[in-house]
Amino acid sequence: MAIEVNGKSFETDEEGYLADLSEWNPEIAAVMAEADECDLSENHWEVINFLREYYEEYQIAPAVRVLTKAIGKKLGKDKGNSKYLYELYPYGPAKQACKYAGLPKPTGCV
Amino acid sequence: MEDEEYTGGIEKKIIYVNRRAPHGTVYALESLETVLIGAAFDQDVTMLFLDDGVFQLKKDQAPEALEFKNFSKTYRALEMYDVEKLFVEQESLAERGLAQDDLVVDVELVARKDVGALINDQDVVLSF
Amino acid sequence: MSTLNVLNKSPFEKKTMEQCLARLADGDSVLMIEDAVVAALADTAIASQLESVGAAHALYVLEPDLAARGLSSSSRLAAVKVVDYSGFVELATTHERVHSWL
Repeated sequence: MAIEVNGKSFETDEEGYLADLSEWNPEIAAVMAEADECDLSENHWEVINFLREYYEEYQIAPAVRVLTKAIGKKLGKDKGNSKYLYELYPYGPAKQACKYAGLPKPTGCV
Repeated sequence: MEDEEYTGGIEKKIIYVNRRAPHGTVYALESLETVLIGAAFDQDVTMLFLDDGVFQLKKDQAPEALEFKNFSKTYRALEMYDVEKLFVEQESLAERGLAQDDLVVDVELVARKDVGALINDQDVVLSF
Repeated sequence: MSTLNVLNKSPFEKKTMEQCLARLADGDSVLMIEDAVVAALADTAIASQLESVGAAHALYVLEPDLAARGLSSSSRLAAVKVVDYSGFVELATTHERVHSWL
């Protein structure tokens, strides 16, 4: 599978996760979100950028429980909770936001 | 399988015994991934690094040159997955000219003579 | 609280057996299967080492793996007991845990 962004094609797996995370750019995230009818706000981008930094540091896409805890630590308790994150990413904060961030599907996510 | 009883509520003490150097074989990465996936099931997890397994925790790994993922960074995420019991055998380090300072994470050292007892304190042994 | 340690590598090819034997706890047993069965033979270079381990720990060898290698009637170390598959299963149930050394 592949995704078209600005006339360029990027390879994805069968669930739409980017094959090569080094190819990622913000427009890819925007196109993926549009396909899900999700309007990316500042708050969405905050999670996407957090995930990219997390991956850079630990080489892993965090499980949702770990993501929630880590967001709380970095961005405060009002954001480090399931309610807030599921409102932003109704398909599952780890799964959906990781996809937009160009990361693989979180380890331990079935 | 409708007669099968759901046993997911039982917490077991599981020790992962890691004895292979990383990158040459897939054992180290498989072990780490199993631990991370298993962390969702609220088990009491211990990781033990013996023999060449101590090389898994060596600082400054750069397997990107081989186009392998640098999963040595991931050991530092284990704490966030509530995996906090990391043991390294003292003699295995010394035999390989390594010290605790050479490792990417804080670990507890265990003497060779006490490894058997550490394993015997567990319910399940998984060897990688 | 003993462990059944299962070994399947020849001590003449890999260090696994030596590495396992160095970490046995009191009451632990050792079962040799597949290529590890060669360690059960008498007169090998490691026979005396195995005999001394056998003084403190129960040692077992899996018969079908001896037979497959033509070693069933070869003389064995006195410390080693021979088991068949049902003996293997029994050992697994009479120890609290099984540690298969890779």
